[in-house]
Amino acid sequence: MMRTVIPVENNDVLGAARGFLKQLLEKEIVEAVLAPMETPSGSVTPALVADPALLDAANPFAPVMGLNAARVVGPVSAREPRGRIAAVLRPCEMRALVELVKLQQAALEDLVTIVVDCPGTYRVTDYDAMRANGGVNQDDLLAAMQSGEAAPREGYVFRDGCQMCEKPHAEGADITFELFGANLSAGIPLSLPDELAEKLGLAPADGPGGRAEVVEKVAAARRQARDTRFSEIRQRLANEGIAGVFASCIRCHNCMTTCPICYCKTCLFKSPIFDHDPAQYLNWAQRKGAYRLPADTTIFHLTRLNHMVLSCIGCGVCSDACPADLPVARVFRAVGQDLQALFEYEPGRSVDDPLPLITFREDEWTGVGEER
Amino acid sequence: MSDESFEPKIVAFLCNWCTYTGADLAGTSRIQYPPNVRIIRLMCSGSVDPTYVLKALLDGADGVLIGGCHPGDCHYQSGNYKARRRIIALKEIVKQAGLDEERVWLRWVSASEGQRFADVVTQMVGALKEKGPNPLRQEWAV
Repeated sequence: MMRTVIPVENNDVLGAARGFLKQLLEKEIVEAVLAPMETPSGSVTPALVADPALLDAANPFAPVMGLNAARVVGPVSAREPRGRIAAVLRPCEMRALVELVKLQQAALEDLVTIVVDCPGTYRVTDYDAMRANGGVNQDDLLAAMQSGEAAPREGYVFRDGCQMCEKPHAEGADITFELFGANLSAGIPLSLPDELAEKLGLAPADGPGGRAEVVEKVAAARRQARDTRFSEIRQRLANEGIAGVFASCIRCHNCMTTCPICYCKTCLFKSPIFDHDPAQYLNWAQRKGAYRLPADTTIFHLTRLNHMVLSCIGCGVCSDACPADLPVARVFRAVGQDLQALFEYEPGRSVDDPLPLITFREDEWTGVGEER
Repeated sequence: MSDESFEPKIVAFLCNWCTYTGADLAGTSRIQYPPNVRIIRLMCSGSVDPTYVLKALLDGADGVLIGGCHPGDCHYQSGNYKARRRIIALKEIVKQAGLDEERVWLRWVSASEGQRFADVVTQMVGALKEKGPNPLRQEWAV
């Protein structure tokens, strides 16, 4: 890996980043770039861009997250034949991608991953409200990454998932944009493989240094915010039970649909297994006196915990997608923390760490099941 | 809250090769054990989908027993090792979710251990009588 700095002119950080992405296409390093793009209407959505001119609409720093882009990397990378693609991702999206690769829903073989340090993002509704009313403070956020004190625009908050994200820094990618600790008007520090740097004509250059300290400062504050949320939600789970916490769930499946880890083409909960007979509902109602409808909400969340919580990388899009404003991400992250510790598994760290539930060791938990 | 008249209902998922055969041996050997267990035979403890364990618990089963071959003895080499991790994960989730993970038991019982099967069921019925009925049986809002 080589460390270098992309020059920034006239304080145009975004322009410099766009220029870098264009170079990837123009130098034929990749055939297309998957990047967040500003649509003509001003919204931001990922797009697979083959024409370098269109990258003038790319915005790798747009502080908005409607979906976890790992979800869209899968379809463009999973199977051959495929092109060589560069994907611009947030740190949480990279972690989700690592899990999806292990779940065989995406592949890294022909992919150049570009991960950008993330100051925090807004919900789509907040982003749109800001655009309509005075603008998004993207430049302020970028400038504040030098000190690690990026704050949301007054009157707005970052997404709940971002507020408790203790891993906001780019790592594990082919190319990392190392914004934390950097005076971006002087240049964008990045790391990339020597071979790519050579093709792009980039010479080694030292960045400003101090990134690790700034990352740790941001992470420490986020851990504190996270732990407060975790202890609160654990208390609620202990007092009300999961059925209480999710009492107003309408089982719309939005959390599952947006979750980058939930990939099953046919979810168990959309299968005939949960199409009960009318007489069965009556039976339950008569036995319990009443039966909550829509049915099977608690088992839906418990099963989803079972299926994906070990791989939960904490992007928080589930909470954003919930029409009932349920604390889905808080529950999944809190339960995930304990489960992941139990199996000594850190989701998103490496494609070489096997998924905990498809592997085993003979010499672990040897007392379990043998109780006399 | 032990209740003299309370008879717990246990849903048992037993593997075909070991624990189910062990239960069969308990029967053919005329070993007495409490009749509180409803057995569902599966080919392997590794094929027990945690969703069905949860469904049983949420619908009011007082206990769920998962029975498989001792480690190293799986008919399919590694099904019980995978089941071990899966059930450990399940129990942790059940606990974190504010439910009673002690109602879920995983036990290895071989085909020759008819007495052990009877002992496991006897112990489990005793433990569940101590606990009392599964409160979720009466709760409509789950």
